[in-house]
Amino acid sequence: MQDNKMTYESIQTQLVSRAKQLLSEGKVQRVVGWRKGLFDYDVTPSLFTTADDLEKNFVYSEWCGANLSKYLVKETRAIETAKDTVRTNNAMAKAKDPNAPQAAEPMAKVAVFLKPCDTYSFTELLKEHRINRDDVYAIGIPCNGMYESVTDNKTAEQAKQIAERCTVCKNKMHITYDELLCCDDESKATARSFGEKDGRFDMVEKIEALSSDERFAFWQNELSRCIRCNACRDVCPACTCEHCIFDNPKSGASQKVAADSFEENMYHIIRAWHVAGRCVDCGECSRVCPQSIPLHLLNRKFIKDINEIYGPYTSGSDLDTKPPMLNYKAEDAEPSVVYSRDKSPADSTAANGGN
Amino acid sequence: MSEPVVTTAVENTATNKTSAWTPKIVAFCCNWCSYAGADLAGNNRLEYPASVKIIRIPCSCRLNPLFILRAFQRGADGVILCGCHPGDCHYTSGNYFARRRMTLLFSMLDYLGIEKARTRVEWCSAAEGVRFAAIMNDFVAKVTELGENKRLEDLRCKTTK
Repeated sequence: MQDNKMTYESIQTQLVSRAKQLLSEGKVQRVVGWRKGLFDYDVTPSLFTTADDLEKNFVYSEWCGANLSKYLVKETRAIETAKDTVRTNNAMAKAKDPNAPQAAEPMAKVAVFLKPCDTYSFTELLKEHRINRDDVYAIGIPCNGMYESVTDNKTAEQAKQIAERCTVCKNKMHITYDELLCCDDESKATARSFGEKDGRFDMVEKIEALSSDERFAFWQNELSRCIRCNACRDVCPACTCEHCIFDNPKSGASQKVAADSFEENMYHIIRAWHVAGRCVDCGECSRVCPQSIPLHLLNRKFIKDINEIYGPYTSGSDLDTKPPMLNYKAEDAEPSVVYSRDKSPADSTAANGGN
Repeated sequence: MSEPVVTTAVENTATNKTSAWTPKIVAFCCNWCSYAGADLAGNNRLEYPASVKIIRIPCSCRLNPLFILRAFQRGADGVILCGCHPGDCHYTSGNYFARRRMTLLFSMLDYLGIEKARTRVEWCSAAEGVRFAAIMNDFVAKVTELGENKRLEDLRCKTTK
């Protein structure tokens, strides 16, 4: 644990006063934050536009695990659309009459609070040009670890422990921000927050060590609970396609519950696949899953493979490095490497592969 | 998905011992190399099982992972991707990307417990008709050993025997 840790209450007070200040100065018009619910644990990401609303409903606590960066995609797009409309109207007016009055472009900004791990997905979204940087005022805030989420089979009391994704926290430093509040990154340049050891891949390794029959049984047990609510996709900061394949009625995979083991597998393979190399391992997919499916284990498998086969890569850690799936080297491993690097015991069905 | 195009495949009689069951294999072949390689194999009257269904794709990197899953869903027992040798891609770099993608996808399928011998990538040029037939014979033999695809099948897509 880190020293001189601020309590969430005191951080919240500062966040609210800073947000109100930004609003009153006109620096930002909207604030993305967390809204209080009926109970402590049902905190919702939300948009605030008035000081009054912020004062009454803004909350920052152990239940604010939600990553706010994805909401900026929609927010900044609305701002850009408004600007475009004015520009087009101006151009049309000018074409008719060279002396026509030109309307001023609406300048708007949205403020967002980002925990250190949220800045990774924020950076990744910037890298993919999904967010217009000029429209965002990013405020880096400290995080002392977040609680697990409350689901059908986990009460608020049981969920009151630091979530797994926080125990393997990548970093306490913010990657991209306009200002830092209640924290300074200088002092923890090398701080690795909660657990000293990076145990991120422990569970993945454990599964890899099983035989293929056992792995199949493990994943069938997990994935067969899926109700295809698409929450994992909707919350994922890497899933920002305008037209998702799972919304395409012609794909045969849209909006319906999986009927057999194939469909259970397919959705999750493709979902994890589509974010491979871009997933920042924020763990939101597992957090929102109403069926508590450990979806992050699929993403981490891709991250682990990429690290091992193509060299270490942390998505969202900078704006320049080429993502591994958009890059190649002539000397890359052949796909048969999958057969040879497998350490699991031989089993009945899967005889030795390619080589 | 486009209709599977069956080319030049010759009925296999000798190689598959006595077993009545032959696996269905979907072979995605790059238009610029392996597809021509398959043609060459046919022209040379080389034998490989007729259960290998060839689907022509413009480049190995055209292969969407969903195509592979779909093939399994619709009853394939093995899926193989044939593309140009690394460095020989008609579009300069397509097969390099395909290589990374397929490596990760196969690793994921293995992680989910799907037999890894059911999927394979081979590089095969237009001049390698003999190699093409050899690859297919070998792949069919390997998948025959594994038996029917049970883990990624959709029973609704199975035809009654």
